[in-house]
Amino acid sequence: MKFTLPWLKDYLDTNADLPAILEAMTQAGLEVEDAHDPRDALKQFTVCRIVSAAQHPNADKLQVCQVETVDGMKEIVCGGLNARPGLVTAYAPIGAFIPGSGITLVPKPVRGVVSNGMLCSGGEMQTDEDPFRLRIARFDDWKFRAEALGLSEEQAIADGGIIELPDTLKVGSPVADALALDTEIDFEVTPNRPDWLGVVGIARDLGAKGVGKFTAPEVKPVPGKFKSPVTVRIEDETACPVFAGRLIRGVKNGPSPEWMQKRLKAIGINPKNMLIDVTNYISFDRCRPLHVYDAKKLTGNIVARLGTEEDSFVALDGKTYSNLVEMCVIADDSGAIGIGGVMGGESTGCSIDTVDVFIESAYFDANRTARTGRSTGIISDARFRNERGIDPHSCVDGIELATKLILETCGGEPSEVIVAGKVPDGPAPVAFKPRDMKRLTGLDMPAKRMEQILRSLGFEPVVPPKAQHDAQTIWATKVPSWRPDVEGSADIVEELIRIEGYDKLPNEPLPAPEGPVRVVVTPLQNRVRTARRVLAGRGFLETVTWSFMFHDTAALMIGGANNLQAALTVDNPIASDLDYMRPSMLANLAEAAQRNADHGADDVRLFEAGPVYPGDKPADQRQMVAAVVKASKARDWQGALAPYNAFSAKADLFAILTALDQAPDRFQVGAPEGAHWHPGRSGTLRLGPKQIVASFGELHPAFLKALRVDGPVLAIELGLDALPAAKTKGGKTRPVLDKADQTPVKRDFAFVVEEKVPAADITRIAMKADPKLITSARVFDVYRGANVGEGKKSVAIEVTLQPRGAAMTDEQIEATSSAIIKSVAKATGATLRG
Amino acid sequence: MAIDQQVSSIEAEASSAIAAASDEAALEAIRVAELGKKGRLSLLMRELGGMTPEQRQSAGPALNGLKDRLTAAINARKADLELAALNKRLETEREDLSLPPRYEPIGALHPVMQVFEELAAIFADMGFAVAEGPDIEDDFHNFTALNFPAGHPAREMHDTFFMKPAADGSRKLLRTHTSPIQVRAMLSSKPPIRVIAPGRVYRKDWDATHTPMFHQIEGLVIDDKVHMGHLKSCLTEAFSRFFEVPTTESRFRPHFFPFTEPSAEMDIRCDRSGAEIKVGEGNDWLEILGCGMVHPNVLRSCNIDPEQYQGFAFGLGVDRLAMLKYGMPDLRPYFEADVEWIKHYGFKPWLLPTVTGGLS
Repeated sequence: MKFTLPWLKDYLDTNADLPAILEAMTQAGLEVEDAHDPRDALKQFTVCRIVSAAQHPNADKLQVCQVETVDGMKEIVCGGLNARPGLVTAYAPIGAFIPGSGITLVPKPVRGVVSNGMLCSGGEMQTDEDPFRLRIARFDDWKFRAEALGLSEEQAIADGGIIELPDTLKVGSPVADALALDTEIDFEVTPNRPDWLGVVGIARDLGAKGVGKFTAPEVKPVPGKFKSPVTVRIEDETACPVFAGRLIRGVKNGPSPEWMQKRLKAIGINPKNMLIDVTNYISFDRCRPLHVYDAKKLTGNIVARLGTEEDSFVALDGKTYSNLVEMCVIADDSGAIGIGGVMGGESTGCSIDTVDVFIESAYFDANRTARTGRSTGIISDARFRNERGIDPHSCVDGIELATKLILETCGGEPSEVIVAGKVPDGPAPVAFKPRDMKRLTGLDMPAKRMEQILRSLGFEPVVPPKAQHDAQTIWATKVPSWRPDVEGSADIVEELIRIEGYDKLPNEPLPAPEGPVRVVVTPLQNRVRTARRVLAGRGFLETVTWSFMFHDTAALMIGGANNLQAALTVDNPIASDLDYMRPSMLANLAEAAQRNADHGADDVRLFEAGPVYPGDKPADQRQMVAAVVKASKARDWQGALAPYNAFSAKADLFAILTALDQAPDRFQVGAPEGAHWHPGRSGTLRLGPKQIVASFGELHPAFLKALRVDGPVLAIELGLDALPAAKTKGGKTRPVLDKADQTPVKRDFAFVVEEKVPAADITRIAMKADPKLITSARVFDVYRGANVGEGKKSVAIEVTLQPRGAAMTDEQIEATSSAIIKSVAKATGATLRG
Repeated sequence: MAIDQQVSSIEAEASSAIAAASDEAALEAIRVAELGKKGRLSLLMRELGGMTPEQRQSAGPALNGLKDRLTAAINARKADLELAALNKRLETEREDLSLPPRYEPIGALHPVMQVFEELAAIFADMGFAVAEGPDIEDDFHNFTALNFPAGHPAREMHDTFFMKPAADGSRKLLRTHTSPIQVRAMLSSKPPIRVIAPGRVYRKDWDATHTPMFHQIEGLVIDDKVHMGHLKSCLTEAFSRFFEVPTTESRFRPHFFPFTEPSAEMDIRCDRSGAEIKVGEGNDWLEILGCGMVHPNVLRSCNIDPEQYQGFAFGLGVDRLAMLKYGMPDLRPYFEADVEWIKHYGFKPWLLPTVTGGLS
């Protein structure tokens, strides 16, 4: 919402300077977005007078002028056709910045003659091109030059020239003063305050804030001379509860008064003619949208009704709107002629030739107006106001004010005002509890001050004679009709603290919570934190990728398009390839890895800790951490290391699990789950046959191909919410360290087994041979070759025995070794390699 | 030959032999020849037994002294030889230490996640627990319970992402703010409540300064006496800690939100005269969050009696806050997973934000 300072002062008597007014606006909740004095940009321009003008020796169009300026006599080269002796115009000295052309003046020869300054046009000063229209009025004085150059009158005037100022101005005085420009203020109107969309509403709040004295404008009724020949009928009272109208006959439409045009222009509205300008003016002055019909173009009478599929009309924006179901349509016997509260129609609009004008001042349902506005896409000042909820009691005042202004400028004879429907009650009274002020804000405000603030804003509280702040006291408070936002006691509290100032709020430290200090993050939140730091510590970069992805991509990770769920499909996605809630982060990460590789990154390790969405219920959402590695060959002068492979992924996964106090060996390694994993080079960690906790290994080449990602890509996916709770028995105290008193004994065994026997079976069974004595069994070599036989492999393990109390004898060691060989052979069919 | 002379002669011969020995074997031969069982000195010592006490008194110390001196000389020469041998070996053990170590990737944490942890550390210190809620929400938790009127523009397809309707016509949506977590916190626990709620939020907006997904953090305090003075103090304190600059100055202004009454926005003082915004100095103000007293309608929706309990809530965009503190010029790269960006703006994994150890 834009307004100018003098406009505000129509209703606010104040001597406050601009910073004070802006500060008060901010403090009252009117968030200032821009405030500027157009005169600031014109500081360098002063009034000058051309003494003589001679033809430039080297250019037909230019003249060399002797000019009386604030800096004395100056020789200035000028291209303005209207430059001539005696002309009072604008002068910019050397060094001045010309906003219209973006240049700073330097003493540079113009076709061989040095110009000691510049004579300026309105455009060069970025103000109205010719605010006094003197250039046109005095065309006879300079048309000889246009004729000499062979230019038509239109061309000459369009080509422009320097600004023409009134002859009465003194040389050296600021041009800005002559132009009488006003300070413009622009601020954000919060959706709860439609009354701020009128200058009166702004002035009222600033008056309450103490910036000046607010005087509410009074509207004197203009007596009607005859009965309105046009009548109004309301067919749907929910859509349009009240519709006031009046016909003024015999008007002579024309330009609106200079003062009105100036104000409209300052806020960015182009003046058209009085009948149109007056509706715009009252809309911004009082937040009272109006519409004017050319009564001669109306067919029969006006009805406000709900629209139908058949309704169609051409609106004032020149576009055709059809199928007006659910909208409030204004119609006459010819059909729809407007959408109430949003935009009128072209067929009945006023023009410069309008003689009989019918004024509409109605109240339309705000929600319906908002819906209509959105579905039609029409953006208008009327919609902007009506959808926020204008003052329902302002209909008749609006008509009377419009009548007065139209009669002043256009003459004519007004009919009586007709009012169809019933003026809505407006906001219901509020039971304000004065104790809520201290309770909600901490600020102790005397009852007198509360009452004063409320009255200054137009509220009418009934204050008991001995006002107390106890819980029982209630002030029945009448809410002004322009404040649809005030519904309860808390709203009144906001009014009080807003006007008193949020800077008056006490600064009271938040007391420590009662009871002992608790751990504030959940175990799951801690897991996320730890997992992220483990991965980052192992060289992974953390990413945040979209929660939505392309449904075709999602289908690849959930077993096909048949498993896509409507409930996880975004109905109105921001982009067609971001239309499905991700079932896994892996596709996003693999694609991101490829993007980075495309930009030349040769070792990409990315991870993300975030949500995935197997279903749409709150409990369905899962907390996962996923990582991908797209590594190039790690060349090194010491010899290349083995590439990052499924076992590297397993190592990274185990590192996370270990950091989370989840012993990796408590999980079983199972087959991969999902078509996006490599069938032979990936696996799962399971807590049982069904319960998958994590996946790791290589991603399926076909999956990568579908994503246009070059493989191989290795990955990890861990469900942080699927891990069992860490063991907490015995509290924080740890068992006493049981340090062995004997040196451990290590023995190696090489077992030859069928290829299909998992190596982990051999170590697991070896451990079981004497669980108390054997503390570890580790594979250190896997060998395949002719000497172990076709389809077989040799798995070499190192077993550690930890004796306690006494060292082991050779016989004891031998016995344990035999037991290991025997049980491994029995369980896996292994033979000891010779 | 008198013992004395023999001692002198042996010492002279052995000493020169020791000095001339070029390796351990030569030294050992000298030791055997002089000090071994049949060595010259040992044989002489055997003769002590047949000497008179007077003779023994002078010969004994002379022989023992010689034994000690020779032993010491041999050991010293041995140490010299060992050192020489080691030095010789070390001459061959030379590496070009300008060569690089093996490549190790360097990881980093995303700035948004780090800032979440910084805020969690600050608010944990003030007794706030961390609450969470689902991204796929329903109309009740995201709008109705938060006092959004029917027909509010935020409820439109234009601003909010909706899921395809279910068979019964109901449709879920992607939460547009973290405030539904407030609602869930109030519905699932009894006052006093003190939580922060971080999370992803979604709005249908994608341009230079908006992304369709971004992050918010929400705060909620409910008890029977907390008021706007507490709100002001709590947030002023929290953000003066957060920015880690010598001074911060904040101000509160009235604003409008459907779910708070009275409502406010908090600005912090900043300087926008340069290329980047500097917090804590200058003549400008920058809005960083919205807050207010929880609207009585919201409390009622969450089965809390607004006559008995009251509280405040606040919410802010974390991505923008991170930009402000750490100087990222653009929001969009947050979600592009660009390795250069993450390496540049990310955080080392051992940089754990704590109130005592510093946030960053």
